Amino acid sequence: MKQTSTEEVGRLTGILPWLGTNLSRLFVSLFVPAVTFYVLLVVFRFLRDGQAPQWVTAIVAIIWGVGGVLALFLMANLIIERFPAQWKRRLTPFVFVGPALAILAWYLFIPTLRTLWASLFDARGEKFVGFQNYVYAFTSKAMLESFRNNLIWLVVVTAFSVGFGLIIAVLADRTHPAFETIIKALIFMPMAISMVGASVIWKFIYEFRPPGAEQIGLLNAIVTALGAPPQAWLLKQPWNTLFLVVIVIWLQTGYAMVIISAAIKGIPAELLEAGRIDGANEFQAFFKITVPYIRGTLITVSTTIILFTLKIFDVVQSMTGGNFGTQVIANEQYSQMFRAFNFGRGAAIAVVLLLAVIPVMYYNLRQFAQQTEAF
Amino acid sequence: MVGRRQTWGSKAFVYGTLLIIAFVWTLPTMGLLVSSFRSGDAVLASGWWTVLRNPAKAELSLDNYRIVIGSAGGNSRLQEKIRRGQENIKLWSAVLNSLTVTIPATVIPILIAAFAAYGFAWISFPGRRTFFIGVVAIMVVPLQIALIPILRDYIKLDLNGTFLGIWLAHTGFGLPLAVYLLYNYISTLPRDILESAFIDGASHFTIFVRLILPLAVPALASFAILQFLWVWNDLLVALVFLGAQNEVLTQRLLGMLGTFGTDWHLLTAGAFISMLLPLIVFFSLQRFFVRGLLAGSVKG
Repeated sequence: MKQTSTEEVGRLTGILPWLGTNLSRLFVSLFVPAVTFYVLLVVFRFLRDGQAPQWVTAIVAIIWGVGGVLALFLMANLIIERFPAQWKRRLTPFVFVGPALAILAWYLFIPTLRTLWASLFDARGEKFVGFQNYVYAFTSKAMLESFRNNLIWLVVVTAFSVGFGLIIAVLADRTHPAFETIIKALIFMPMAISMVGASVIWKFIYEFRPPGAEQIGLLNAIVTALGAPPQAWLLKQPWNTLFLVVIVIWLQTGYAMVIISAAIKGIPAELLEAGRIDGANEFQAFFKITVPYIRGTLITVSTTIILFTLKIFDVVQSMTGGNFGTQVIANEQYSQMFRAFNFGRGAAIAVVLLLAVIPVMYYNLRQFAQQTEAF
Repeated sequence: MVGRRQTWGSKAFVYGTLLIIAFVWTLPTMGLLVSSFRSGDAVLASGWWTVLRNPAKAELSLDNYRIVIGSAGGNSRLQEKIRRGQENIKLWSAVLNSLTVTIPATVIPILIAAFAAYGFAWISFPGRRTFFIGVVAIMVVPLQIALIPILRDYIKLDLNGTFLGIWLAHTGFGLPLAVYLLYNYISTLPRDILESAFIDGASHFTIFVRLILPLAVPALASFAILQFLWVWNDLLVALVFLGAQNEVLTQRLLGMLGTFGTDWHLLTAGAFISMLLPLIVFFSLQRFFVRGLLAGSVKG
């Protein structure tokens, strides 16, 4: 009698916690997400349709955006903590890696396939047109002009940014550290400026007034002071592309300089010393020791700048809008999508950009495979 | 390079060349800054460099900044000017929008990428290597490839023009580099720290929050600065996904370049306002920024 009651109690106390944990599991995995999503949705509606003063919306939006992501991670963890150990182990990678992979799939991987598909359809994405958009992308006047200009951008920006960056880094390395820091900061500074901001700066420099009027643009002031007539720099084909290129050289030289400078600091002093003892002069030491030693860095910097200029958009959009013979691929794509509303052509041009980066992608993957045999 | 004999001539050449280059590099920004303090009439009447020749007569003021921000501060002449121009400038609201876009668009990808980097580095699961190779491959994909499909999704989901939409877009485009950079850092943290924590029975989540995040602060800061500057200065993603109702600074400046093409005094003030925050971030956190640039090769 006594025995059975304790047994019964034992069974009951066995069932109760079991029921308890499972109920709390159910509660947590249903109720917590429901509340979280509901709160996030309500705030989202408020932000989208609300009429609050702008600064209130701004603060609420920032808290909502940052807090929302934090809340989702905490919630996911709270839920899997309730699961049995084996399931917890299985689900943990999903919580950690899942969100990133989902976003990458939605924003980059699947769009690549969808753009490939869309490039075979007409402007509104309804009628299959085969490779007609690619015929446009490779033979139209606007695109041929863009290819020519992009090639100029790639070669000139990369050559001058890396060249200037290398020269400045090598020279600055021989000066007093305090002087070096200040000079490098001044040359690096444009990196912080937006391309649109840089365009305002340079459009003012290129400002044109008719001959005889007071020139307020720096370049024309210099030209007229030297006795030449003032020029409308941004209208003069084919040179106007080069005047846009100068802006990006101004922006990117600092980047090249910083990376190259770090590589130069890594050259062992004995190596240069040995070269000098063998009778190398400064130029020989530079070309025979410094440049070969930092070859890898030079290639990386050049690749980064090439990828950057391949997609050049902001400067052209704000300086000339792609007119007067300055069109580039990315701006032509934007015009096709948002001025002509021709999504088929826009997609085909995007695919052209993708094709151009495939060698870099291949190189990166090969490097990665070599580095991480043991991954 | 210390201890090498340098002649006076070569030393003077090195210092002189660098001074000239630095002067040329700074001159454009100087012109912008000086012009932004001059009156509209003065900017149109003479070059900004004339101020340097005769600073006493220059009559520099903050009026242009007051006009673009839309705050006259009791000056009736200025109030009248602002009333006439206000419809078109609205720079203050663009500043707020830029902040609203940039802060979450910097924090969200870092958070998601840090979780993912930890997962790739310290949790073993099937397909780990394959997925990570995918991340490396997708790093250089130009974001232009995603504009049309994502725009279609956004129109269907009613996300077009919303802050959430542009945060997610910047998150998507910044994530590959973020995961890659943070993985490189987190995977090199000493293994025994984690193993002793595991023996004490800590879960992955606890280890990540208590141990890894604090240790990864330098890497997080490096990427934060890259992403902050990238988002703040971005024009294309904002033009496509944000549209006109929530215009950010770069869009507003682009608009001013078109409509206020000759109002250089307002344009220069507006441009300088847009540069202020990135320059502060840049100069105060330059060390982290450089480290981020050194670690990250390329981004799509």
